[in-house]
Amino acid sequence: MNALFLAVSYLRFHWARSLVLVLVAALILSVPIISQVLLNGSQTALTERAENTPLVLGSRGSQLDLAMNALYFSDDRANPVTMADADVIWDTGLGLPIPLNTAFETNGARIVGTSIEYFEFRGLDVAQGRQIAVLGEALLGASVAERLGLGPGDTVVSAPQNLFDLDGVYPLELNIVGVLAPTGTADDEAVFVDIKTSWVIAGIGHGHDGVLAQGATSGDIVASAAIIEFNRITDDNIDSFHFHGDPSDYPVSAILLVPNDDRAATILRGRYLDPENPVQIIVPNEVIGELVGRIFRIKSLLDAVTLIVGGAALAAVGLAIFLSYRLRAREMQTAFKIGARKGMILRLISAETIIILCIAGAIALAITIAVQANGGAIVGWLLAT
Amino acid sequence: MIKIDDLSFTYPGGDFRLTIPNLVLEPGEKVAVVGPSGTGKTTLLNLIAGITVPQAGTVRIGDQTVTDMNDAARRALRASKIGFVFQDFALLEYLSARENILFPYRIAAGAKLDASARARAEQLAASCGLAGKLDRRPGALSQGEQQRVALCRALIMEPALVLADEATGNLDPANKAAILDLLFARTADQGATLLAVTHDHELLPRFDRVIDFSTFRTAQGDAA
Repeated sequence: MNALFLAVSYLRFHWARSLVLVLVAALILSVPIISQVLLNGSQTALTERAENTPLVLGSRGSQLDLAMNALYFSDDRANPVTMADADVIWDTGLGLPIPLNTAFETNGARIVGTSIEYFEFRGLDVAQGRQIAVLGEALLGASVAERLGLGPGDTVVSAPQNLFDLDGVYPLELNIVGVLAPTGTADDEAVFVDIKTSWVIAGIGHGHDGVLAQGATSGDIVASAAIIEFNRITDDNIDSFHFHGDPSDYPVSAILLVPNDDRAATILRGRYLDPENPVQIIVPNEVIGELVGRIFRIKSLLDAVTLIVGGAALAAVGLAIFLSYRLRAREMQTAFKIGARKGMILRLISAETIIILCIAGAIALAITIAVQANGGAIVGWLLAT
Repeated sequence: MIKIDDLSFTYPGGDFRLTIPNLVLEPGEKVAVVGPSGTGKTTLLNLIAGITVPQAGTVRIGDQTVTDMNDAARRALRASKIGFVFQDFALLEYLSARENILFPYRIAAGAKLDASARARAEQLAASCGLAGKLDRRPGALSQGEQQRVALCRALIMEPALVLADEATGNLDPANKAAILDLLFARTADQGATLLAVTHDHELLPRFDRVIDFSTFRTAQGDAA
């Protein structure tokens, strides 16, 4: 008890030094646990979602980029394909194409333009509000809604892609009509809109004031830079929104394919095997399986590095305690001279070390519990960036 | 009574031997030890306290023979019967003045830090002019105040013997006199014997007896 009192007094007096020791020890203890928790969470998140996504069609190139973008809406995006590719699949009758346009974002969250079938395919339920119905409406993932503190009735504005490009994409204010129930997947981190709304954001579709001169006939178009282009779709202006160009040329980042059966899946894959074909079909489970294998090979290396760094840090903590002991030689000598019982000094040093390790252990435990509790969100964020 | 007989101590690897044929300190006696630096005055204090073990001879404190005791017994003796006052005060910077005074209770075997011990600390501190300053750490006290705290720490266990090693060496003249007054008064209160090493010759007349320590030191190999 006395050793404990003296140890606490010493550590409190030298609080900065004690804090550094505690934090270093907490990091040494928590880093391996956290990496293990996150890796296990990543493996689960990666494989579960991949297993639940039979096929993905996209531009030929990195299969991993395509899978990460289509499954986790990551920043790694291959060149877009077009709606014509979705139509081809549709025409075969072998499966259901679900387009994804992930080119835009808002408030750090990916805007995912898709069709209504996506929500049924992923088993997403609306927790608040309602499903998107018309152009300009958005449905927030659970984490995005919580982070931004937004819900039905609020709006979010898509991020302009380039502030200095006057010819570029203009921000569109989206009407939030609902919030999805949390799933612990990348869907929680996304803002969903109809695929057509994503094309409005892309500038392919737009709405604006009338372009006919007063009293003019339909042939007298007086469009100019002075015409006001709507940056929010409302009941009053929705009818003015229209698209330009051939709908089959409209871009999509990737297309999820839900084949009717295994045979249909095999046929579909066979049709896109030609390496000259600019479009490819991938099996996410195979691509992600290879990635997970690599991650765990890297993890072995990480474990070794952690072990070395942890050993070095522990040695540093030991050195700090040893130096502290040396610095306190006068104090120890005084204690000895005035009759400290044998082992008292050892008990004092031990008490200090145990207190530091206990606090560090508690912090490490708290960090681990926090990481474990938010593992899904952290993994989702890690996978999306 | 403190009694030393035929004490002989040679520093390991040292070039001289300390020899004390006979020395007796009566209860309540105030004795000053003087002598040039390096003559072993501090060693004498350490030998009496059982911190250093002589090669020959005996040291007795009351009815206990220090030189016959094992390490644990000598530690217990120091904690219960000997109070130390050091030149550099040797206070713990991270403890308050109160906790510094009570420090022997926290480190000594068998010592119980109870309400009466705390009350005694308050009383002792008040008698040394430290009332109202017990919650301060040493860094917030003057040198004179720090030595008063060290004095209280030496007396808190009500020792039979107080060993002061240059206790006034780091103090200004005013504080020297004040600390010596306190040392004399408080040891007298407790009936303790005081053995003080000092270089302050102006203070010597206040002691009951002065021992010129240079007479005890002999070069190694010389006859004692």
